[in-house]
Amino acid sequence: MAEFASQWSVSGIVRTMFPILVVLTAIELGSGLVLDTFEGTLLQYPSLLVLVPVTIGMAGNLGSILAARFSTAFHLGLLSFSATDDRLAGNAIATVALAVTLFPLVGAGAWLLQTVIGGTALPLRTVVLVALVSGSLLAVLAIVVTTVTTYAAYRFELDPDDVVIPVVTNVCDVLGVVVLFGTVRVLV
Amino acid sequence: MTVREVALEAYRESLPVLALSAVGGLFAGVVLGGMDAELQDVAGLLVLVPALLATRGNVYGSLGARLGSALHQGLIDPQFSFDDDRINAAVAAALANGVLISGVAAVMAVALLALVGRPSAPLTTLVAIALIAGFVSGLLLTIAVVSVVFVGYRRGLNPDTLAGPVVTTTGDVVGIATLLGATRLVLALGGWLSG
Repeated sequence: MAEFASQWSVSGIVRTMFPILVVLTAIELGSGLVLDTFEGTLLQYPSLLVLVPVTIGMAGNLGSILAARFSTAFHLGLLSFSATDDRLAGNAIATVALAVTLFPLVGAGAWLLQTVIGGTALPLRTVVLVALVSGSLLAVLAIVVTTVTTYAAYRFELDPDDVVIPVVTNVCDVLGVVVLFGTVRVLV
Repeated sequence: MTVREVALEAYRESLPVLALSAVGGLFAGVVLGGMDAELQDVAGLLVLVPALLATRGNVYGSLGARLGSALHQGLIDPQFSFDDDRINAAVAAALANGVLISGVAAVMAVALLALVGRPSAPLTTLVAIALIAGFVSGLLLTIAVVSVVFVGYRRGLNPDTLAGPVVTTTGDVVGIATLLGATRLVLALGGWLSG
């Protein structure tokens, strides 16, 4: 009964979640600082600013979908951690394919919306290339982070549902900003 | 299943959700792209953007998951009323977490900027913006999550698969739009108080 009370009381829920939120916020502020250091470039080329939330969101989503699929396969006893595992390889290929399909469209969408609203300083080709390169790198990083985190949860006997998804989503958010920053540095 | 079958199934199942959240993210980006004046006026505001967006997902995604599990277990009914203590507690806790962590994020951002020697707007300005944006976005996202989970469940849909995409699509747009609104309000109030 005590457990029930804490699960459905305001103070119980806040006590459980707040420390996790503080840790996740500290991680996210790291990526905020990276954004802050290239604020000048972002303000100069607003179509890159348009890419920021969608890149962060897509990176986190690619990671969290993969993490959810790994967790389920893991609970069902279908996952083994080897490079020859069909389920591991198949999901990894799907993640890269999803990124390669969607990121160029996201880049084109960002360019189009910014052109309609405020005019763009960058050519379509550059924005699509920035999105595609960032997206492909992020897909590979999402696979690495998700595999390592799921394996760590398995080794430490933690439930992957509780641990892996928040860790992977927030780490991929941060990587989203870092990779976008690196790609813009090289391509723009 | 072969590698090819696994990959195809994962691709097909994930594409619609990802495409939907990409559209939401692009609209959030358009709002952020139009915020250039505010971003220049309030140094350090951009530092808060990833943290505030992630908070919306973490807090209200968790509210959706909690309500979804409780519906499956028969602990709550999908009825909109203020009589159910469990629903009230879950909503109040989500709002408390969402508003508190927004304020804490602003304090941590100012400390971090001071630590690395980068310019930052006054603590009170960033905290006021974060708290107002946290409260308003919390109200809007609570309404969105509770509505979608309850209405979806009544129509026989699985709330577990609904809450995630709803939070990721609406969270970014609502998160950035309320940040813009809160920044304009705080700047206007600041101008009025000092002028």
